[in-house]
Amino acid sequence: MHFEYQIEGGNFTRAGFASSEIKKKLKQLNVDLGIVKRTVVATYEAEVNVVAHAYSGTIYVDFDEEKVVIRLVDEGPGIPDIEQAMKEGFSTASSTVREMGFGAGMGLPNMKKNADDLQVSSEVGKGTTVQITMHYQNPNNK
Amino acid sequence: MTVEQIAKLLDARIICGEERADHEIDIAFASDLMSDVLTLKEDNVLLITGLANMQTLRTAEMSDIQCIIFARNKQISEEMKELALENDITVLECRYSVFRTCGILYQAGISPVF
Repeated sequence: MHFEYQIEGGNFTRAGFASSEIKKKLKQLNVDLGIVKRTVVATYEAEVNVVAHAYSGTIYVDFDEEKVVIRLVDEGPGIPDIEQAMKEGFSTASSTVREMGFGAGMGLPNMKKNADDLQVSSEVGKGTTVQITMHYQNPNNK
Repeated sequence: MTVEQIAKLLDARIICGEERADHEIDIAFASDLMSDVLTLKEDNVLLITGLANMQTLRTAEMSDIQCIIFARNKQISEEMKELALENDITVLECRYSVFRTCGILYQAGISPVF
């Protein structure tokens, strides 16, 4: 199964819609609720990041029999130093983002904690791609 | 402790989810920072917050939080209420500060997450 969702940069009212849809689909597939939670928390963090930092983005979701791969591709300023961005507490978020309850520099580290596999690539001035892979039955359930 | 007992203790209004007023709650977490809420691994946590926006509801949805108390007299919008109803999240509005809300619930036996 393949699904795509559009994300609008700056539109916090709609942030979380795609993660919500992914949650419903994982529940329909009877995936363990702990894995569902880790998947949607990681995806939601990534979705909020696109809304907070990018101009626009697309989420590509592919479910197969064993896993779901969620790829968030945005057009935005990109991340100059991914290693630095992965550190807890590092943030470039605006005051608007902070007023929404985010922007404390915890998004990427929390995605890493929750995802079975997390890949982040970025090109400054073009955008960022975040890929989250989750196995429905993870022997190393976090 | 049930949601109904919590509402009584805090003189709070149940805005939606009244049909789940007998739902039992044992642990709570207070934060205006949704990033912190998203790090919780526990389920069935009561969230106490003064941050009233759509992302509070979305954070609760992703974190499997079934009950939120909006303290400091914060009121939720119709849009937020719809999202709460859609996700079976019980919402309470309370006039007390977050500190007072937490104090009352802690004294009544609700445990902290950590």
